[in-house]
Amino acid sequence: METTKPPTGQGNPLTLNLGPTHPATHGIFQNVLTMDGEIVKDTEQTVGYIHRAFEKIAERRPLYQITTLTDRLNYCSSPLNNMGWHMTVEKLLDIRVPRRVELLRVIIMELSRISDHLICTSIIGVDAGALTGFMYIFQWRELIYEIYEAICGARMTTNMGRVGGFERNFPPEAWEKIDNFLRKYMKDFEEFDSMLSRNRIFMDRTMGVGTISGERALAYGFTGPNLRAAGVDYDVRVAHPYSGYGEYKFDIPIGVEGSAYDRFMVRQEEIRQSFSIIQQAVAKLKDEDPAVYRSEVPAWVLPPKEAVYSEMEALIYHFKTVMGETRMPTREVYHSIEAGNGELGFYLFTDGGRTPARLRFRRPCFIYYQAFPEMVRGCLLSDAVITLSSLNIIAGELDA
Amino acid sequence: MDEALLAELGRVLGDRMLSHESDDVPTVCIRASDLYDTVEALYNDETLAYRFLTDLFGMHYPAEGGKSEELGLQVLLCNMRTSTRLRLSCRFSIDSPEVASLTPLFPAANWLERETYDFFGIRFKGHPNLKRILNIESMSVFPMRKDFPLEDQSREDKDDRMFGR
Repeated sequence: METTKPPTGQGNPLTLNLGPTHPATHGIFQNVLTMDGEIVKDTEQTVGYIHRAFEKIAERRPLYQITTLTDRLNYCSSPLNNMGWHMTVEKLLDIRVPRRVELLRVIIMELSRISDHLICTSIIGVDAGALTGFMYIFQWRELIYEIYEAICGARMTTNMGRVGGFERNFPPEAWEKIDNFLRKYMKDFEEFDSMLSRNRIFMDRTMGVGTISGERALAYGFTGPNLRAAGVDYDVRVAHPYSGYGEYKFDIPIGVEGSAYDRFMVRQEEIRQSFSIIQQAVAKLKDEDPAVYRSEVPAWVLPPKEAVYSEMEALIYHFKTVMGETRMPTREVYHSIEAGNGELGFYLFTDGGRTPARLRFRRPCFIYYQAFPEMVRGCLLSDAVITLSSLNIIAGELDA
Repeated sequence: MDEALLAELGRVLGDRMLSHESDDVPTVCIRASDLYDTVEALYNDETLAYRFLTDLFGMHYPAEGGKSEELGLQVLLCNMRTSTRLRLSCRFSIDSPEVASLTPLFPAANWLERETYDFFGIRFKGHPNLKRILNIESMSVFPMRKDFPLEDQSREDKDDRMFGR
């Protein structure tokens, strides 16, 4: 095939604003590109458009009110953030959760990983011009959101779970929907996969685009699928296991050249692995007492409303929780989980008050987005757009 | 802290290690002036090999119980081969909040240091582009310091005595 050279600007650089509101950014952040014709010479990112000062707000909130802040970090997979936060608090307070809670959490976390990845992979398709796959697979995000809805009543900003477990047991509708997901999802997913992963046009658009070596990716603090696409098999679920991830059988897919195609393929394979983890967790649940859904930590969790109206103890704990009567220990803990985009870390420093003295969110997006200029220098403009969507930059997580 | 790890840290850091604790992540307290050398030594050592910068962020410790007001910096490192973490912690006076930049060692530190500067006013010597990142550049305060109020203090319709920290 004969390739034509893209036109250059004959040495006259052009400044092009990609964002803050632009369909290609899929969120509010700006890229100021310096172009020479069709070729990206350099780019500078401006972030902070939806900065909401979560770390500051958290210093004035009791622990249970911070869960809602974590929802809004990576809002494509809120339950993952919620679970990560609850686990951090449990580490702080030395709370052990029952095994069934761990299994339920794993199911929820892997479901949200799938919903997070499927948006990213289908959006890569959209940015390459293949809208059909996106329209086709996107219904499954809707169906996963219905599972969340059955569990906690909310869809996107879920505020799911409580310290020590869940606010209520999973209702039968949730299990029906999970069962439906397990029976039907893979067929649609494989169809979607066959539309893109061996599609000549898609491969030409994504292979060798926005590459980064494993070494550079590590230097830039990459984690998650983007790091694994560059060939480094770091996964928090394996390196620093939590929620009993050590007992599941799953593979960590890795890429070769850290290109947009590798990032797409790694995410696709992770969806298959997550699916298998959910199946394993559901199978393990059969041996557990179906009535267990939390551990008893009354001082930190609001009691059920009916109990508040009828039981003295519950009323006392209701007030104690709302008024922050229970003092936290003086500790510094760090907990991290494998979120949709990589290592989502919570550093929590408490000095004995009723709110954290310092809470730090390690937001994977914010850290790896720095590498974008290096990844697109010398690329075509359309390649820069695909690189951006394959990195899965989520503005909420970027700005906190 | 694990004896073997402590011995290794003692070998590499010597008297740069002021104190240590290991309630959760093993933590070493150092002087702010030693930060760059310490991180570089931990990076280059073949056994410890803390070569992944996980996180870097600021702290603010208000004056309390006779102690003067201080800022702090926490650096979270990871050795990916052994899956071990290490936290470096340093504190320094708020009057001279300056430490050496880690950006020459880790490109990832670039934005983390800009964020720390933005919110705590910690200046990083040798940083290539130390300007605000999440807040507007014309801002004149460092909002994560404890003395910066969360809300507009001129409001009279809210009483935070009951629910405030």
